[in-house]
Amino acid sequence: MIALYFTLLFPFSGALLLGLIGHWKSAKYVNMTICWGTLIAAFLLALDVFEKGPILSSGKLFYIDAFNVYLILLNAFVGLTTSIFSGPYMSHERDIGRVGDKRMRLYHSMFQGFLFTMLAALSTNNLGILWVSIEAATLTTVLLVSLYRTHESIEAGWKYFIICGVGISQALFGTILVYFASAKVIPGHEDGLLWTVLQTYAAHMDKGVMALAFVFLLVGYGTKVGLVPLHNWLPDAHSEGPTPMSAILSGLLLNVALYALVRFKMLADPSLGNHLAGNLMMGFGMLSFSVAGILLHRQYDIKRMFSYSSIEHMGLMTFAFGIGGPLATFGALLHMIVHSLTKSAIFVTVGHASQIAGTQVISKIRGLVRSNPAVGWSLLLGTCAIAGFPPFGVFTSEFLLFTATIKSYPWLVLPLLVGLAVAFAGLFRNIQPMVFGEPPENQRKVPVNMWPVFIHLALVLWLGLAIPTVLAQWLNQATIMIVGQGVL
Amino acid sequence: MLIASLSMPEQVTLTLSALILLSSFLLLAQVRVDSLINTFALQGLLLFSATLAIAFISGKYDLLISAALTLGLKVIFIPSLLRRLIIRLDIHREIEVLVKPSLVMLFGGGLVLFSYYVSLPITELSLLSTRNTIAISLAVVLIGMLMIISRRKAISQVIGFMSMENGLFFAAVVSTFGMPMVVELGIAFDVLVAVILFGVFFFHIRAEIGSLDTDRLNRLNEVDK
Repeated sequence: MIALYFTLLFPFSGALLLGLIGHWKSAKYVNMTICWGTLIAAFLLALDVFEKGPILSSGKLFYIDAFNVYLILLNAFVGLTTSIFSGPYMSHERDIGRVGDKRMRLYHSMFQGFLFTMLAALSTNNLGILWVSIEAATLTTVLLVSLYRTHESIEAGWKYFIICGVGISQALFGTILVYFASAKVIPGHEDGLLWTVLQTYAAHMDKGVMALAFVFLLVGYGTKVGLVPLHNWLPDAHSEGPTPMSAILSGLLLNVALYALVRFKMLADPSLGNHLAGNLMMGFGMLSFSVAGILLHRQYDIKRMFSYSSIEHMGLMTFAFGIGGPLATFGALLHMIVHSLTKSAIFVTVGHASQIAGTQVISKIRGLVRSNPAVGWSLLLGTCAIAGFPPFGVFTSEFLLFTATIKSYPWLVLPLLVGLAVAFAGLFRNIQPMVFGEPPENQRKVPVNMWPVFIHLALVLWLGLAIPTVLAQWLNQATIMIVGQGVL
Repeated sequence: MLIASLSMPEQVTLTLSALILLSSFLLLAQVRVDSLINTFALQGLLLFSATLAIAFISGKYDLLISAALTLGLKVIFIPSLLRRLIIRLDIHREIEVLVKPSLVMLFGGGLVLFSYYVSLPITELSLLSTRNTIAISLAVVLIGMLMIISRRKAISQVIGFMSMENGLFFAAVVSTFGMPMVVELGIAFDVLVAVILFGVFFFHIRAEIGSLDTDRLNRLNEVDK
């Protein structure tokens, strides 16, 4: 339990500390050190859960089980690698005059603040606190999206603020309805929002209220997941904010919102006794998957393109959780990890590539393999991984998802395959000339740190070749919790 | 349901919730920026009274803390902050041209009907003295959303946003006598931070486009360049 408190304490005090330190040069090292602390604490927490099973804190405020512990570890890990990347990246942004010292301080403080809200959302047992944390995540990142203070970035920030604020308000209405439904069946009224309590009473909660609540929750958290048609904020926020932010928004925030949605689905399913929640998720997921795949073709901005790829993958995961059943759920849980790792690695690479070319416009980034081979090859490998090439982990999880789909809804495999092919074409027709081809004259020399990318891609490769026993067990336990039976 | 057959406290709650809904429509129709803020403060005051009334009816005295939070935050702090902001931005006398006001009002009426339709299963189930207030709270939330969609000025959108929060708070009070205190405090803190950030954004938007007209924030789109 101590480990959990430290996992939360590190980023929280980090946000305060970095808010006070005005010195931007040391801030990036402090930022990195705090992320190391968080990762070590998260690792100890994971060991604890592995040995003793689910942990409930004394005040019942925190609850850690197999489902959220692996996401906590993933969050801490991606947080660390992104902070390593953000050091040289933000220094370069400062050198070329895009941000001043004051905004560097804001950036570092909010970076930790964002990690704190994500970890709090994952570890809390109280569904109300879950909402508060996810809303707080919007608040910590909204000024970062508009960090560069250009017309476009302010527009993106405003859109992000309004759309996510309005969207997440629907989720609060859904949460209130869940509390209302629980008040009828749970004796201790104050406990009516605690996940551990709700789960035992889920089957007795009123059907009508839960169905209505789930619709509101799906719309609300779905906005944050980036499901079409509520996705408009996402490409703007990702493309206009600083790149490390895009990496953790895409890699972490979307996952956490989906996590919240799945938690609520676990409550809605026994209460509804039918597949309504699953059908809704399948519909939204399939729509996002298809629309994002097509829109990949129409992008001119490299970060926008990859944010559409995020929408596509989140759609796929939502679809998989919607299908339900052990195989699809296991695949979706695995896909959460491999997508986070790959997508954050891609954003790191894209950040370096756009600094080398001095622009984010796809048609102006050319010949990366010649100007900086490490960046060029990483971009190519990352894109291969995200497109689902074997032997990368994305292939494994997508293969599991497709197998599950063939079992339960064979006719849906066709749109999935078409969607994948369309997305694949969209990615590669843009990536190929950026990686190969002649580099233009005015390329810049930028300090690059490719270690985070190499480590991420190596991990994704490892997960594609063999899933470690510990992880497989966690995912299996989480699958058992979500759908009642495991795959192993 | 006959109004006369209800007890006095129930009548008070119902009247207050009707007034809250009315204030939502007032917000929708208001064109002057300063009276928009006053109407928002009025809605907060009604919300405060409704929370007080329910606290005394139900005997849940925790609600008094929520009521105090509402009074401090939504009646005093946020309106006064917004008033200061519009004076500093020199837009306190501005009049906003509404787009198709009668259509928007009609649509708002439709949203109220929709809310009643949607919350029918809930009101039938409810044993609380505050039976159809949940439909009203949903209507307030949806009208807030409609306001954000139909207005152009950033400040009107923010007030729409805050009015949505009012609807949510009202829903929590009438359906379940408020959320657990730790959640309530968390939400209040989020609202507070959101308002301050909105204030920061006003200055950024004005610095960039010279006005608070969000219609001019239209550069980002999907078309190939």
